[in-house]
Amino acid sequence: MNNQISRLAVASLVLVISLIVGTTYWQAWAAPSLANRRDNSIKVVAQFSIKRGNIYAADGSVVARNVRRRVGGQTLYFRRYPKGPLFAHPVGYSTQARSRSGLEQSHNDYLTGSNTNLATLLDTTLDKLRGSTIEGNDLILTLRPRPQKVALDALAGQCGAAVALDPKTGKVLVMASSPTYDPNLVERNYRRVQRGTGPCPVAPLLNRASSGLFTPGSIFKVVTAGAALDTGKYTPESTFYDPGYCVEYGQRVNNYDTSTPFGTVNFSQALINSINSSFCEMGKRLGPETILDYARRFGFYQDPPIDLPSGERAPSGLYQGRKLLPRSKERDADPGRLAFGQERMQVTPLQMAMVAGAIANNGVVMEPYLTDRVRKPDGSLLVKTKPHELRRAVKPEVADEIASMMEGVVTGGTGTAAQIPGVRVAGKTGTAETGHSGRNTTWFISFAPVDNPRFAVAVVLQNQSGTGGSTAAPIAKEILQALLRSPSKGSG
Amino acid sequence: MSLRNRELVSLVVVGVIVGFGFASVYIARQEVVNSASLSYGLFFLGLYLVAHLIARMTVPNADPYLLPMAGLLTGIGVTEIYRLDENDAFRQGLWIVIGLGAFAATLFLLREDYRRLESYKYLFGLGAIALLLLPSVPGLGDTVNGARLWVDVGPLHFQPGELAKILLIVFLAGYLREKREVLAQFRLKDLGPLFLIWGAAMLVLVVTNDLGGGLLYFGIFLAMLYVATAQVWFVVAGSVLFVGGAAAVYSAIPRVQERVQIWLDPWKDAYGDGYQTVQSHYSIANGGFGGTGLGQGTFTDAAGHQLIPYVNTDFIYSALAQELGLIGICAFLLVYMLFAARGFRIALLAQDGFSKLLAVGLTFAFTLQAFIIIGGILRIIPLTGITLPFVSYGGSSIVANFVLLAGLLLVSDRANEGAKA
Repeated sequence: MNNQISRLAVASLVLVISLIVGTTYWQAWAAPSLANRRDNSIKVVAQFSIKRGNIYAADGSVVARNVRRRVGGQTLYFRRYPKGPLFAHPVGYSTQARSRSGLEQSHNDYLTGSNTNLATLLDTTLDKLRGSTIEGNDLILTLRPRPQKVALDALAGQCGAAVALDPKTGKVLVMASSPTYDPNLVERNYRRVQRGTGPCPVAPLLNRASSGLFTPGSIFKVVTAGAALDTGKYTPESTFYDPGYCVEYGQRVNNYDTSTPFGTVNFSQALINSINSSFCEMGKRLGPETILDYARRFGFYQDPPIDLPSGERAPSGLYQGRKLLPRSKERDADPGRLAFGQERMQVTPLQMAMVAGAIANNGVVMEPYLTDRVRKPDGSLLVKTKPHELRRAVKPEVADEIASMMEGVVTGGTGTAAQIPGVRVAGKTGTAETGHSGRNTTWFISFAPVDNPRFAVAVVLQNQSGTGGSTAAPIAKEILQALLRSPSKGSG
Repeated sequence: MSLRNRELVSLVVVGVIVGFGFASVYIARQEVVNSASLSYGLFFLGLYLVAHLIARMTVPNADPYLLPMAGLLTGIGVTEIYRLDENDAFRQGLWIVIGLGAFAATLFLLREDYRRLESYKYLFGLGAIALLLLPSVPGLGDTVNGARLWVDVGPLHFQPGELAKILLIVFLAGYLREKREVLAQFRLKDLGPLFLIWGAAMLVLVVTNDLGGGLLYFGIFLAMLYVATAQVWFVVAGSVLFVGGAAAVYSAIPRVQERVQIWLDPWKDAYGDGYQTVQSHYSIANGGFGGTGLGQGTFTDAAGHQLIPYVNTDFIYSALAQELGLIGICAFLLVYMLFAARGFRIALLAQDGFSKLLAVGLTFAFTLQAFIIIGGILRIIPLTGITLPFVSYGGSSIVANFVLLAGLLLVSDRANEGAKA
């Protein structure tokens, strides 16, 4: 029997060796790809064992911090957002059950100290070897709490968004989206958060400021005006005759109010009074491709280059369903309606704040950013964001000309509700009708002070029965006032 | 050095290794583990010294490495269970005491001549079948995780299948020793009992829903049949029959289909049926080359919920692989390999057919059981819930494996004694 016993022994040996091979496969060969799988809870826990960096507002107040908790013998760090819903959309959340969003997602590498910068890499490796907790880097944002609160309070109870930028640098000073939510509740009460509350309980998690797409209506006339003047086909003195409507494809396209036609007007008056027929004429002469080419110069047709996750940014432009209209079909777009912001044009508030900012900044669009600097756990500076030009949209003279027209909108046009005593404010109203009463999308984009622009603001409201001048302009005014009051350096 | 002195020295080495294991769990988890629990380590060493003394008295010429290896495996097991759940470790410690009691009882009862068991072989065979069917008796049986493997008698909750395994081996050793010549002629009329056993294995499979058990019993049977008759054809035919039977069972029982689906792709239903396997893969992969270190692995999510269900019984290997890493777990597997090697060596040295078959059966049962559960975890074969000998949490398994160890020592003692004489 000994022969058989020896053979069986060899067979048993093979069985154990197959176990060694199998284990080697999982621990050496497959381990890296398993580590990257999203449902790998062990790696999620590993993320929570890192002391994430804090997030601070521009004034140094804490927006996100950690609480320490012992779970199953390990020290884990969980996020707390002391300001609750105030910065929910730009900052986002970091949770176990719902992963991450906002800056918590896009700057996860900085916040967990796993960015590829050699200095931090060395620090975290040493931390690992010592067995001590890995500490992430802090973010200091450009957002200012008081104007942010003013914006969110003004939007409360409505669906809408507001964005304020520093036109010269691209710093985002306010980014508010309504309805908002409390990021502290996301981990345990996700359903409640998702359901939303108040009179507009629609999609509270959506960052309407950077990824909400809305019909721009008349605020798009700023882009059209830029195209008209920059191409040299029009001057501010060019005249139009307004019969109260414009004829396109043999059909009438009416003004907002057809009962009182303006008659003969010049370019400036057409923008100040937001005359659709004049812009319709302009559009027909320029053609859709030229208008869209200028839209591209302002940053349309690309994800806004802001430091938010790509899923929370949407490009502005002509849409066909849920996708951007292919370039080959652009020549067939209706130029008249496009010129005053209808057609299938969809824009984000962030994009329109960039348009206002470009006019304020002599025609140059700055890349918007939310993170001013990244600080190492020891307090030393790791990264400081430098302002970056996106591109020149229009010539400086053209920007100047449009700026003074936009000032006219506020002093004696459709946007008088945005007047601030002692401050020169420029603006443009927009009211995109949906054909249903009480379902208008209203807009106001503005910047101030005109002589030395420091702030550019865009406000959008959904489901309105009033106009942009009566609904959105007062909110933009409040935000501008709050920004003018808040000191530009240090605290805000 | 005498055999028993080698055993003593090896046991002290094992005691030191297990002590280090306990210490690292203790250091890593000071907030959870209290210092008094370190006395477990000493208690553990004391237990094995008692076992050693019993071996000195009853089987002085037995193989000196089996008991220390069993000590090492139970030590690693109890350390890991301790790291996962302190209360379970305490109960496991009690089961080890009971197991060593069974070990001592077996040695004392059979120290004169275990070979007299051969005359009761049919009693053992019937006993094995009775034990296997016990969980299916209404009022006694208990279904855990889909398989009817448990018996509840008052406060006792045990798996008779573990003990049935040993009775089956004794029966087969006796039966095959007697019939090996006849069977080797491969005549159809002599094959009746073999079909009977195949039918019984299938029946057990269907009735108890226990795939791992079916595979184990039938594997033991084929291995012993091969050793007894030297007919590879038996193994081939047996395997074909088993696979055929298993295929029939596969199409008939949804649980079996589910297991095969998980085996092929656990990620298809990563939060449902495949959850345990997926989490076990993550656990093993997280160990990497060097492991997280004892006490430092991750077995709960950030909310404190356990990630792998049944981690300290069926899936203890996944926990060990994470904390010991590739280096540590390979050393651990080598202990199983060495145990098997010593067992087969005993079979080679044994003088008579019954002893040889008994040693082969016990050794192969031990190795195959480890392969079935670890191979299932690693997805080399479909996963079936079965314990890892000496390591998993579970009383019946611990007791049965100590009896198995005692059996091997008895055969070894006789073989070495004969060699000396």
